[in-house]
Amino acid sequence: MAINKNSTGYTFLFSIAMVVVVGTALAFTALSLKDRQDANAADKKMMDILGAIGVSADRTNANALFAEYVVERVAIDLDGRQVSTTSAAVDPKDKADPFSIDVKKDYRASIKSAAKAADGDEAALAAALSDKDLEFPLFRCVTDAGQNIYVIPVVGSGLWGPIWGYVALEEDMTTIYGANFDHKTETPGLGAEIKESFFTDKFKGKKLDIEGSALFSVLKGGAPTDENSVDGITGGTITSKGVDEMINRTLKVYLRYFESQTRAQR
Amino acid sequence: MSTETAAATAKKESLFSKKNRKLLVDPLDDSNPITVQVLGICSALAITVQLQQAVIMSLSVLFVMIGGNVIVSLLRNMIPDRIRIIVQLVVVASLVIIVDQVLKAFQPDISEKLSVFVGLIITNCIIMGRLEAFALGNKPGPSFLDAIGNAMGYAWILLAVSIVREVFGSGAISLPGMGQVKFLPTEWFMSEGGFYENNNLMILPPMALITVGIIIWIQRSRNQALIEEN
Repeated sequence: MAINKNSTGYTFLFSIAMVVVVGTALAFTALSLKDRQDANAADKKMMDILGAIGVSADRTNANALFAEYVVERVAIDLDGRQVSTTSAAVDPKDKADPFSIDVKKDYRASIKSAAKAADGDEAALAAALSDKDLEFPLFRCVTDAGQNIYVIPVVGSGLWGPIWGYVALEEDMTTIYGANFDHKTETPGLGAEIKESFFTDKFKGKKLDIEGSALFSVLKGGAPTDENSVDGITGGTITSKGVDEMINRTLKVYLRYFESQTRAQR
Repeated sequence: MSTETAAATAKKESLFSKKNRKLLVDPLDDSNPITVQVLGICSALAITVQLQQAVIMSLSVLFVMIGGNVIVSLLRNMIPDRIRIIVQLVVVASLVIIVDQVLKAFQPDISEKLSVFVGLIITNCIIMGRLEAFALGNKPGPSFLDAIGNAMGYAWILLAVSIVREVFGSGAISLPGMGQVKFLPTEWFMSEGGFYENNNLMILPPMALITVGIIIWIQRSRNQALIEEN
């Protein structure tokens, strides 16, 4: 054979050719399927938001139910000022739509490291994020009973990877109407239990402690709980702490918005 | 057999000769990747709670297996020896990523349930094993048959285990696109005042191992040649 298959030059050429071919094929696949995947992700997001207000939807009716229950989508900034609001139909492709705000991406890109560095120090966290131009989405829903419910997306870190969820607040902006959580890679049977209803049901009817040092606590297994706390998951301490941290950190931003709203009403 | 088909078979170097048939049939029983070679067992244990997951997983493995075997077989005279494992990995990994992307686009719910296990097809010993042991030294035709044989050998165990586990664990059968079909009348269940209760142990991981063990037991009592001498 003319070509020496085992020469260094051939090996390099082969590798380069392989990478180019494979890269092109994968890029093509990813791009051609992106629209469908985005649509699926949007459906999932709607299902999760509806789940937080106790409406169970599946992929076939998520769009319709979302349009029915979610009456207003608001984007607020870090100081709780309203940036934009819309009630039009959801367009996942419209970047200005509060629905399109990627809270997970924001968390990964800036909030995560800042929150770690601040270590619970609210002022330090606010200072670190002030130049990041972050927006936070808020979904106002009206239930069948005519109740106004605010659904807030929360994102944080568990033991192995990201955790996220939605917390629904009642009109008084302190009572929790419902919550749901999900995770990427928490331990099955331990941290992964945060997505189960036995855990999320405990949040219903609990209140945020506006005056206290922590708005809400997820306590370590067995500790007595009051109306501002729930029992965490035994064996899932770090995941439970992550739930605690993401709720407190995120809801503080929204409380500033709620305060300005109530002040405006008076 | 008519002369025409006989001629066609001969021209293809008899794709269905006895040797090639063996490639297809052997992995189903005598050299089954899961029950005899005990490869790819972790995914077999993890995703057999529901039939629909097992079906999608089997199809994914079938696709990756055929693609990998045929591509590596076609390239077998071009792949530099020193980087052959890397080349095999790249081929398998690319195919797996394609499968994962397609599932995310067309079967998002099942994709979510299979989660990491689609990605872990990359490290499935069955696939790497067949590429290294067979495709690297054989023509695309036999490699194709070998891929189907091994993927089906993997698939039927997965399907059998998941049918047992879903029927006894959830009292239902699920297929992709159909959702879960409960075939027992609800009034039979104890919670409704009946006499029947689902066996929760079936849903838990140990029962997958036990079910695979029972299949191995049946297989070896049928086929004594598989029993190792001590």
